[in-house]
Amino acid sequence: MKRHLLSAADLDRDDALLVLDTAAELAQITDRAVKKLPTLRGRTVVNLFFEDSTRTRISFEAAAKRLSADVINFSAKGSSVSKGESLKDTALTLEAMGADAVVIRHSSSGAPHRLAHSGWIQGSVVNAGDGTHEHPTQSLLDAFTMRRHLAGGKGDLEGRRVTIVGDVLHSRVARSNVLLLATLGAEVTLVAPPTLLPVGVETWPCATSYDLDAHLKHTDAVMMLRVQRERMNAAFFPSEREYSRRYGLDARRMAQLPDHAIVMHPGPMNRGMEIAAEVADAPRSVIVEQVANGVSVRMAVLYLLLGGANLGDGTEA
Amino acid sequence: MSNDTYVIRHVSVLGGDPADLVLRDGVIAEVTAPGAASAEGATEIDATGLVALPGLVDLHTHLREPGREDAETVETGSRAAAAGGFTAVFAMANTDPVADTAGTVEQVWRLGHEAGLVDVQPVGAVTLGLGGRQLAELGAMATSAAQVRVFSDDGRCVHDAVIMRRALEYVKAFDGVVAQHAQEPRLTEDAQMNEGPLSGVLGLRGWPAVAEEAIVARDVLLAEHVGSRLHVCHVSTAGSVEIIRAAKARGVDVTAEVTPHHLLLTEQLVTSYDPVYKVNPPLRSEADVAALRAALADGTIDAVATDHAPHPVEDKDCEWSAAAMGMLGLETALGVVAEAMVSTGLLDWAGVADRMSVRPARIGRLDGHGRPIAAGEPANLVLLDPTAPRTVDPAALQSRSHNTPYAGRTLPVSVVATFLRGRPTVLDGAVVGGAAVRA
Amino acid sequence: MSAARTPDDTRTVLDGAEITRALTRVAHEIVERAKGADDLVLLGIPTRGVFLARRIAERIRAIEDRDVPVGSLDITMYRDDLRRAPARALLPTEIPPGGIDDKVVVLVDDVLYSGRTIRAALDALNDIGRPRAVQLAVLVDRGHRELPIRADYVGKNIPTSKSEKVHVLVTEHDGADAVAISGHANEEDQ
Repeated sequence: MKRHLLSAADLDRDDALLVLDTAAELAQITDRAVKKLPTLRGRTVVNLFFEDSTRTRISFEAAAKRLSADVINFSAKGSSVSKGESLKDTALTLEAMGADAVVIRHSSSGAPHRLAHSGWIQGSVVNAGDGTHEHPTQSLLDAFTMRRHLAGGKGDLEGRRVTIVGDVLHSRVARSNVLLLATLGAEVTLVAPPTLLPVGVETWPCATSYDLDAHLKHTDAVMMLRVQRERMNAAFFPSEREYSRRYGLDARRMAQLPDHAIVMHPGPMNRGMEIAAEVADAPRSVIVEQVANGVSVRMAVLYLLLGGANLGDGTEA
Repeated sequence: MSNDTYVIRHVSVLGGDPADLVLRDGVIAEVTAPGAASAEGATEIDATGLVALPGLVDLHTHLREPGREDAETVETGSRAAAAGGFTAVFAMANTDPVADTAGTVEQVWRLGHEAGLVDVQPVGAVTLGLGGRQLAELGAMATSAAQVRVFSDDGRCVHDAVIMRRALEYVKAFDGVVAQHAQEPRLTEDAQMNEGPLSGVLGLRGWPAVAEEAIVARDVLLAEHVGSRLHVCHVSTAGSVEIIRAAKARGVDVTAEVTPHHLLLTEQLVTSYDPVYKVNPPLRSEADVAALRAALADGTIDAVATDHAPHPVEDKDCEWSAAAMGMLGLETALGVVAEAMVSTGLLDWAGVADRMSVRPARIGRLDGHGRPIAAGEPANLVLLDPTAPRTVDPAALQSRSHNTPYAGRTLPVSVVATFLRGRPTVLDGAVVGGAAVRA
Repeated sequence: MSAARTPDDTRTVLDGAEITRALTRVAHEIVERAKGADDLVLLGIPTRGVFLARRIAERIRAIEDRDVPVGSLDITMYRDDLRRAPARALLPTEIPPGGIDDKVVVLVDDVLYSGRTIRAALDALNDIGRPRAVQLAVLVDRGHRELPIRADYVGKNIPTSKSEKVHVLVTEHDGADAVAISGHANEEDQ
């Protein structure tokens, strides 16, 4: 493992499997009387959230606490810190408080990278979602969930077919998933209207399509991305109704999936928009399980970054 | 005017055979065979191995005064310009207040005169407050003491086709030129970097080449239609080059500039998310850099212009999307051009003189700059050492700001001396003179 | 010392047959001490302790004709030296379905040395449940305890110097059964 987790591309196959295997062991403690390990006692983990995301923050907080780390929640959202120097000043404050790891969520792509490489702080940086760039722990929990259902909870995802549907252009989840799933050997297809695929997507390690129906029969896991209704105003698609008809997952489409296929969503969902309520609540939907797996995966990440010796910048462990 | 006389010995004029130059009374008094010049009481400068070029002229500088004196002032910007070998700079109009009146351009012009290190030639805004809606008083600025000839809303595009057309037509009355910042605003809302595969991977909003090219194409057609002169600022894409090349071939009176950074740096630097590489227009691809170099070499692009854009530390020491756009350029321009164009064999020193002095002076109608190095011509000169590499140290720059993208990079040449009308503004690489010692 | 040994010089101190005998004896002792109790649980400490625990369980079955639940207990997250090395991969923890509450848990490890591993195992057990009693079985006790911990069942006591290394090989993992010692014996320890 590298010292920071900024992008899913920071994980090679061995690293990714190490995280998933570690998470699998750690998942057991949820069944125990004492859901806590002493491993990170005396270590401080700061949740630095410049953007509201209660679910991600809670997931990291639970992960850190189950490892006995001290957790400081720093919610920096608000008009006074929306500009300029605040990231640096905040970082210096956290450094003075002795943060061993900073889990950062920021609306600006690259902010975690900046935090990790600016020299402002010494600790590890974990990207908890930056702008429209990446969300590597989400991709790890998605891969963990897929592995459980599609690969017997072991090894990689070689040959598994994953279809990711929706607003790829603005999705950090999609970017991290494409990178990680490709590393793990899965075959990823991005399905979206052409307006919501980034320029240069043909250089990504995945296939693309504009036609959802053509892919469902050959899918082991389908992941629906949140589509913000505001995108309509910027002419990415004509109307909610048209989007939902062309790219939404409803019961009719779900019926085309193979029996073993699972339905995923990183949340929060727009029920009725990209996913029908009956699909979200269907037995093959693993959306709630994704949340639970998120804690295990984040425990694994925090343990692997903080559980050992402090390493010099950029040193491989 | 200084009474000092300088004899510059054994200097290679435009990279040619060595000669001696005698500078007296603001002009080049004599050009003689090496060692042949004699001048009673003159200051001797041994320029063996140095190259003399006409003083550089920058069509595109942001001096930030009035309004952002924390980033740069006319005085500090003048020092930076002199250190970079410039004897004239065009000061862009996007100050606060905007240089959209005769009073403001005269203020800038006067500040430049007082600093006394380079000729500071103000650029006037095309529209009031850079608002893009109503023409500024272009005629008043033209007939002011500043004698404005270049008009630009730089930083913003004159995107309204009617306003652009009227501006192109109107400036014909006083031989002006509209320098267009070509950026289709709707296509570049909140744009952060060049749009391409890399922007997709980095998750940064793209600034597509077509947003520049669409405006360049429209404007050359407008200029052609109304028979006016057009200048295109900071051309950054291969597509723009092709449009300008075709327009020139048709006889359209269009000129263009390219920045040093677009000749050397590519978007790959953005992978660091270090805002020192955030600039507008953004750094582009390798292919664009190659096309820009070729266009500058063949004259399709007329001039190198720095787009020197100082920013205080806090505007760059932050996350990418919050950072200001722009990078310093004056003190590194010659070194960067030497690396991108001379070391590569694309331009010789005479070519550099043409693109960095002669043509920009002509585009800006700046008499007295960009002249041949010959007897009787104004003694505006830069002496550079083509064998003395220099490593860029942001802390050692003359500019008030430090946002250079070349920190730690070694550029192949050094500026040894700069003369403004026969008077040294830089000697042995150090800024001398200026307001305190003005005669 | 006249006959100097090279550091990579390795000598075997227990062969396969001796290991088998030692484990059989340990199994008998466990049964003896349990006095026929049916609440035994064997927890091996990965990696080799797990294989040893399974073998002991087989012996007990042979002796008593009853199955003893066997599991594994990874102590990585409870180690006191985590910060001295890069983060370690976790090894499996498998608690038998009946759990450990009110059971007699016998921890099984290959080598007892400083006692720190067992200290970590006791902490780990504490988070999993409340056994009636905890006992310790090891194949080798090499001495040099740093904590007040002792083994209840020892396959063989092997005096060593601190600079020596004890290698336990088990067929299931290493292809052969053996206990070997390598490295210098410090003169002051002799």
